[in-house]
Amino acid sequence: MKTGGLLAGILAAATVALVVLGTVWPARSALAYTGGQGLLRSSSTPEAAVQNLGDEIRTQAWQRAYDSLANKAQFTEPEFVGDLTGYYPNLRTYSGVDHVEVFPLHASDNDADVQLKIYWATVVGTSVSTRDLHVVRNGDHWEAEWPIVKRPVVPPQVIPVNYLRWDVIYRGPGDDWGAQDVESPHVRIVDMHPVQRAEGVVILGELLNEDVVPAYVSVTATLLGDNQAPIGTEGSFDKISHLLLPKQVTPFFIQFPGASLSAVRSIRMTPFSTLVSASADPVIEIDNQRINPAPGASLSGQLINQSGQVVNVAHVLGTFYDSTGHVVWIADQYVDHALLPQTAVPFDIHIPEDLARKISSERAVVASYTAGGSL
Amino acid sequence: MRTRAPWLLTGVAALAALPGLAQSGGLTLPNKIEAGAAFSIQSSGTGKGTLYIAGLGQVLERDVQVGETVQFPAGALYNAGHYMVVLTSANAPAETGAFDVVPESKPADISFLARPSRLAVGIHGGITGAVYLLDAYKNLVSAPTPVDFQLTSASGETQSRTVNTRDGAAWTEMDSTAKQGADNFVARSGGISSTRVIGQVPGDPCGLKMSAKPAGQQVQLETDPVRDCSGNAVPDGTIVTFTEAYNGTQSTVDVPLKRGIAQVEMPAHPGATITVASGVILGNQIRWER
Repeated sequence: MKTGGLLAGILAAATVALVVLGTVWPARSALAYTGGQGLLRSSSTPEAAVQNLGDEIRTQAWQRAYDSLANKAQFTEPEFVGDLTGYYPNLRTYSGVDHVEVFPLHASDNDADVQLKIYWATVVGTSVSTRDLHVVRNGDHWEAEWPIVKRPVVPPQVIPVNYLRWDVIYRGPGDDWGAQDVESPHVRIVDMHPVQRAEGVVILGELLNEDVVPAYVSVTATLLGDNQAPIGTEGSFDKISHLLLPKQVTPFFIQFPGASLSAVRSIRMTPFSTLVSASADPVIEIDNQRINPAPGASLSGQLINQSGQVVNVAHVLGTFYDSTGHVVWIADQYVDHALLPQTAVPFDIHIPEDLARKISSERAVVASYTAGGSL
Repeated sequence: MRTRAPWLLTGVAALAALPGLAQSGGLTLPNKIEAGAAFSIQSSGTGKGTLYIAGLGQVLERDVQVGETVQFPAGALYNAGHYMVVLTSANAPAETGAFDVVPESKPADISFLARPSRLAVGIHGGITGAVYLLDAYKNLVSAPTPVDFQLTSASGETQSRTVNTRDGAAWTEMDSTAKQGADNFVARSGGISSTRVIGQVPGDPCGLKMSAKPAGQQVQLETDPVRDCSGNAVPDGTIVTFTEAYNGTQSTVDVPLKRGIAQVEMPAHPGATITVASGVILGNQIRWER
């Protein structure tokens, strides 16, 4: 009993001592995460100046970040914040900066070029934005010039929209049990191709809405081994455009991590579709699509919102075909800028190096999400 | 007094299973009655007793004077099936018997299942209709009964079939016609009918064709009115994909049909090849030289 009381006293005293130590001499990283300046260092080099700026952006110390810029006279602080987080609600609105990386590009005695990579943690994964900053010496320290991209100006205009919309009324509880409910949309898998990759089995395919009504779709696949025993079941999750208007085609991508194609005897595909209220707008043009060869193979292009409303999040899905027309890969990218009417926004979808050589053609589709609207 | 207490069923069955409770000729029962019909049961003997009538889903219990005729009004027994009768009294062993309650011979209701509620035009055997004939008490009318099926399209074209029910059910197949519209699918039997509406919608676009003309720095693309192979107008909202390929790059745009046509403006690149498609149906191709 006496020993226990002594131990408790020692533990309490040690806890108090550690709290005092942590408060008076906090760890730099801990201070940084609380919004303090713990990780900030002297801007005695171009890299340090950009690193400090990145840390201030990460901790959302907007005023300090803005004040540290060499060219802040060219724009206001709200414009600086808007350039980083978006002028309209978008993927970054509900995300934060996970970390930043700094890469020196060029340096002289009085100026330098430094690349800043900002890794945003979004609800659909990491989104990376890259800015090349010019850094200038100012006395004994360096200051970065922010390459501001000002708010795109949409000229005053009237865009006539006679958009189509489908609404659905389902059967009610008082209906005769034999009365039909509205028929689910008829969808069809028009292509399906399993591929063995290092990370497991991947099923690539395309799904067509062959009906005259919009469909909310998804695809589930089950790998079957010997004796039709299921190996695993996976769904397309977000690697699909879930809203299909009549006669629209979406790619789908289903991953089975760790699975081996040699153990698979057959695959059971289960497309799912249900009626959903939908609008035929917005129409988004995918312009200047280009397959960039390896190294750094990618599909790049621009999205142009041809409608009059702001599209908050756009999801680009690329389907890549070989010379015989078979699907060889499907990749996607979320665009983290809102799409303003008639304003081009670039995208760049990474393609695995080993597959880039096989690709002969591609097809891109866009799924769009508008705040306050349906899918 | 009518009760549906499940314990009564068990109790009646137990009484009947007791040794020595052999059936006697003391009960006079009908061989069978129609559901909902009035009937009577005559017993022999004297004293007070209790009469149980138990079947699937329905149990009756009556305090009776043994030796008198017990009258049951119309609607007393309405669930079709086999019923067991047990008469117990203090002065004599229990007496048992059985009779059947059969559905009414004339249907009073039709349950009509028609599938699908929406399908493309020109599909052979694409529409199915299944009918269950029920009497006024929702018993399946098991006697063979003719059912007339009739599918009438919006243009007045009619398909008819007559099918006899088997075990209370009948079904048929119909073809979707070449014209889009709402078809009335009617099932009739014994003077009653039930109607379902089948939506016939256009099929895939057929002969998809577009034209191009300059519009400033752009090229304006517009399809002819899009129709299926039967000449039905493909509905608005159907997606038409325009693809423009030039110098190793391409532009695509998915455009919904509006007022029967799809139109869009795309960049005008001299030498570009422009194609149009809807779903898996390809249209014509244009080479833009201006």
